[in-house]
Formats: sequence, structure tokens, C-alpha cells
Amino acid sequence: MPTWFTPAAVVCGLMFATSPFLIANAPYESTMGLVQKIFYVHLPSAWMFLLAAIVCGVASIRFLFRGDSRHDRLAWAAAELVVLFGLVTLVTGPLWARKAWGVWWQWDVRLTSSLIGWMVAVAYLLLRQYGGPGSDKLAAGLALFGMANVPFIYISVNYWRTIHPLTSVVPTLPTSFGLPLWFSAVTFFLCFLLLLRARVRLEEQRARLDALYLSVDA
Amino acid sequence: MFARVVWLVLRKDLTVEVRSLEIAYTTLFFAVSCVLVFAFALVHEGRAPEDGAAGILWIAIAFAGTLALGRTFERERQSETLRALLLAPAARPAIYVGKLLGIVTLLVAGEMVLVPLVALLFQAPLLARPLWLTAILVTGTVGFASVGTLFAAMLVRARSRDVLLPVLLYPITVPVIIAGVRATAALLQPDVEIDILRFWLALLVCFDIVFVTLALWTFEPLMTD
Amino acid sequence: MTGFDFDDLAVEDVSRHFGRRRAVSRITFRTTRGAVLGLLGPNGAGKSTLLALLATLLRPSAGRIRYGTHDTAVHGPSLRASIGVLGHDLFLYPELTAHENLEFFAGLYALADPRAAAADALRQAGLADRAGDAVSSFSRGMRQRVALERALIHRPRLLLLDEPFTGLDDASAAALAARLRTLRETGAIVVLATHDLDLAEGLFDSAVFLRDGRMVDVVDRPEALRSTYRHIMSRAHTVPSVSRTEG
Repeated sequence: MPTWFTPAAVVCGLMFATSPFLIANAPYESTMGLVQKIFYVHLPSAWMFLLAAIVCGVASIRFLFRGDSRHDRLAWAAAELVVLFGLVTLVTGPLWARKAWGVWWQWDVRLTSSLIGWMVAVAYLLLRQYGGPGSDKLAAGLALFGMANVPFIYISVNYWRTIHPLTSVVPTLPTSFGLPLWFSAVTFFLCFLLLLRARVRLEEQRARLDALYLSVDA
Repeated sequence: MFARVVWLVLRKDLTVEVRSLEIAYTTLFFAVSCVLVFAFALVHEGRAPEDGAAGILWIAIAFAGTLALGRTFERERQSETLRALLLAPAARPAIYVGKLLGIVTLLVAGEMVLVPLVALLFQAPLLARPLWLTAILVTGTVGFASVGTLFAAMLVRARSRDVLLPVLLYPITVPVIIAGVRATAALLQPDVEIDILRFWLALLVCFDIVFVTLALWTFEPLMTD
Repeated sequence: MTGFDFDDLAVEDVSRHFGRRRAVSRITFRTTRGAVLGLLGPNGAGKSTLLALLATLLRPSAGRIRYGTHDTAVHGPSLRASIGVLGHDLFLYPELTAHENLEFFAGLYALADPRAAAADALRQAGLADRAGDAVSSFSRGMRQRVALERALIHRPRLLLLDEPFTGLDDASAAALAARLRTLRETGAIVVLATHDLDLAEGLFDSAVFLRDGRMVDVVDRPEALRSTYRHIMSRAHTVPSVSRTEG
């Protein structure tokens, strides 16, 4: 593990420990009250979900056309984080919606598009797990197609939604990007980096083990 | 050269299919069964839910299409003929286009039976505006098949390929399904809003262009070891 | 598209692995025009993988394959146009007739007159009277003959055959061996993988013996194949083999 890992992990742990206090002391949002505070978890995880998706997509393209397995390892690790942070986003979203408007799922364009993107990431992992040898390249192709699909998904879901007007209006983001939000965002970002690095390292070790097996035969 | 290879592959696929008609009959029958199952599930007191006909049509196309894709490439797996195609000096993207056109032809042929059936069962005036309907069906089918052909080809040598094809295909083709259903539903309204139709059709055309291009670009790296 | 021509084939220290499994390991040999080279070994020795590497379907994990003065980096359509493959699975569409199969592949290989080429090929195979019958109705031997013609229809410089004697009766096997000798005379490079030693007797100009993906020996003009094979294979390995426990 690189030298920054352990100190960063300690810092991240401390930040997670202190963030509840910051969040609790943050000013109440006018219409939703206490419930809105789930945003401090929902929004950063949504950002990390997007970041992981971009990392996975770019690494996949580079792997597909250059064949360097470092990119493949990065893509796989990033895909797992897409699923992880996506899950947090998709769980906190409805939890908040339920308390705020009484309905679990509103077919909100962002949540729905995220759900579809999340499913592409799950498909990626299923392909890698069950596809047998050669599935690293195929998964890279899937990631590329998933990335290219993002504008189409957003536009089609958005237009599909507006034809059936909803009974309640989906709220906009809080306008004051105060300290608690940035603190949360940094905490999540640190967590993202740590998980990514650890996961990539696992694959690196596996690759090294494979190389050792092979070198015995040489 | 490219066009010649496309034509050869397409002609070969159609010849093989016409000889046995296996995929045509079985997937068509499957599509009809789908329509019936959905009818039983959704029709209440003799009426389908609003826009039900459009949804049922496209679901049947998606399910039957997945089956047809799987079977077509399973055929190429026997006798390893896909390998033989890759061994030839023909440009790989040309092989992709040939296969794509074959699948699209097969699916459109099936749709020609499916559409009147759905129109009949659900009293939906699907055939009232044939030009618009054709445009929607063709662009939607091409969009679905463009991704499906690539995925089915790349999965040919993978394990669990039967279940992985729909798992990979459906999330990626969501925009096609949404656009297809919404456009068809708009067509069924008593007063058709042309703007809505144009929007969905434009989306489908863009999807087709983007994804066929992507598939042409990635076919070679995905098929080589 | 006319393929570029080459006079010899050189395999230099080629290895190929899948994950942690080594399929072939450090194979080196050469062969030249007008020669038949045999790849001999038990099942799982790596013969099919090696043939796939020679056919450019797989890329080596290490080492190089040279076709004349070019190596596989020159990959691509022009090299594939000079290679013909008779696979274990024959590469024929069962629903199409013999003539249609040959005409299709002749077209793919950009021959000037695919129809005539297909007719000629069927005559060569002695199957002109069955030209209009679906391949699914053919016996194994007949399918083999069509498949061989398919592999040769574009007059490749390099011909690769994977277990071509499988399921053949004596007459068909003898005919195949005779055909290979004719090809040798016309200057083709033939590489043939088999574990059918009796049928391959007297066919090879040189033979590469493989076991567990490794080259055990290369013998020029091997005679008494079966006893040579047994003798070579009974030699102990100098490198200890790793017990494979797949995780």
C-alpha cells in the first residue's frame, strides 16, 4: 500500500466520526426540516457514483484500445464503487422522498437515470463474475456503451416523465452549499479514493500471483 | 469491398434462415405468447390500460429479439463458423453490418405479423398511420439490434451467455424502449401530436447513428483475443 | 484481396497463457515451403492453441511468429488471405449446400469468380454430383472433403489442419494424405496437428512433439512414428511441473 494510505484512512475515519455533529448543527432547511439532512449523505454519494462511473468508463476505453491491464483493474474497481455509491444514493433518495412527500419512488428523472446507470454497473459485475475468460474485454465494451448511453437515458427518461405530470414537485438542491456539505463531500471523496486504491491493489496482487504461477512453468 | 462482404453475409444468413425457418417460427410464436401473457395480466374488464397496446408490442419485440439474437449466434457457434468468418480477410465491421441487417430483417418480418395482431386484440388503431409506424418500428428495431448484435457476438465464447445477453442488453436499450413505446402510444392518440412523434423519432435516429458507429468501432477489438 | 506471400514460417519462443494457465510455453520451430510439419502430442498438449496462434486468431503472450520476413504485427487482412484453416469443427454451415458453402467463402476471400471456384473445388473433392445437397446430409468424410476444399479455395500459402483424420475411414484418410502430399509438391506450407500416429505415418518432413504446452522434441523426417512418439514422451521432464489447484 502506498504511504499515504494509512494516514488518509485515519483522517477519513475521523471525518466520518465528526460529521454527524456538523450535520446536526447545520441550519434547518425551511420546508423539510430535519429530514433534509439526509441530503448530506445523498448528495456526496451521488457525486461519487458519478465520479466512479466516469473513472470506469475512461479506464475501460483505454483498456479496450490499448490492452494495458492496469486500466482494466482500475475499471473493475471503479465499477464496484459505482454499485456501492449508487446503492447508497438509491436508498437515501427514496428514504428522503418518503419522509418529505409520502411516496417512496417518484420516477424523478435523476433518480431513475441513476437507477438505469446503476443497473449497467451491476451488469458489468455480473459479466466479469460469470462470463468466464475474456470477459475483461467484453466488460470494457459494456462500460463504453453504458457511458455513451448517459445522455440518451437522461433525455428519454426526462421527456417520458414530463408527459405524465406528477402530483408533487420534485425539490431543487439546497441553495446554501455550507460547510457541512463540503465536509461530507470531502469525507466521501477520501473514502472513495481509499476503497479504489485498496480494490485495485487486490487485483494487482492477483495478477502478480498469476505471473508467479506462470513463471514456475517457464 | 465492404459492401460486398455485407451483402454476402446478409445473403448467407437469409438463405440459412429461409431453409429451416426455425428462428422465424419459434421467435414469432414466442412473441405472440408474450402478447397473450401480457394481455391476460393487464387487460381488465375487456380493456387494456391506456397505451397498453404500445407497451405490449415493444415488450414482445424486445423479448423475441433477444431470443432471435441468441439463436442466430448459437448457430454460428456450431461448427465454429464465426471463427471462419473472422479468419477471412474480410473487414470485421463489414461482418457486423451484415449480421445486423440480417437480424433487423428477421425482426421486421416478425413485426409485420405482430402489429396487426396487437392492433386486433387491443382495438388499437396501429395501422392508421403506416408511414409513421414504419419509421418508428424500423429505427427502434435498428437501435435494439445494433447493440444486441454486438453483445451477442462478443458473448459467443463467454460462459453463461444465454442469461448474460438480456442482462447486458436491456439496461443499454432502455432509451429505445422508452422512445418506441412513447412514439407508438402517441400515434394511437385520437389527435396525434406531430411534435411528440418527431421528438421521439429524432431520438431514435440519433441513438441508431451513435450506437452503430460505436459498434463498428469496437467490433474488431472485442472479437480479437 | 491477394495475400502477401512468404517462404517460411518461424515460431520464436512463443508462449500463450489464459489467466494463470499456460496453454503453450516457449515453442520454437521453423518450417518452409513445400514441407509438412506435424504437431504431435496427447490431448491438452496445446496443439489447438498453437494452431490458433499460427492462424492469427490468438496473439502470443510472449515471443514472435514470423511469416517470411514479416511478423504478426503485420496482421490483418492480407496475412489472413494467405492462410487456410481446416478446423476440428469444420467451419461449414450445415443448412447450406456444399456449393453454397464454397461459393460463400470464395466470395469472402475475394476470389474473382466464386461460382467457378466453388465448382472446381467440388470437382477436386469428387463431390460434384452432391453439389446441391445440404452439408448436413453428408457423412463425416464427405464433410471433411468439403471443409478441406473450403480451406484451400483461395490457394493459401499456409495450410493449418487440426485433427483432420478424426472420424475418417481408411479410404478417406488415405485420400487426405495423398492430397497433402500433392500440396507439398506445389509449395504450400502445411502444419498438421494430430494424435493419430498410424495414419500420419510417412507424411511429415518434420515433427514437433508437445506435452503440457511445452516442446519436448523436434525430429526431422521421423520414421516409425508410434515408437518414436512413445520413446520421446516417456522421457522425464527436466522442469518440475506445478500441481494445478484452480482457486
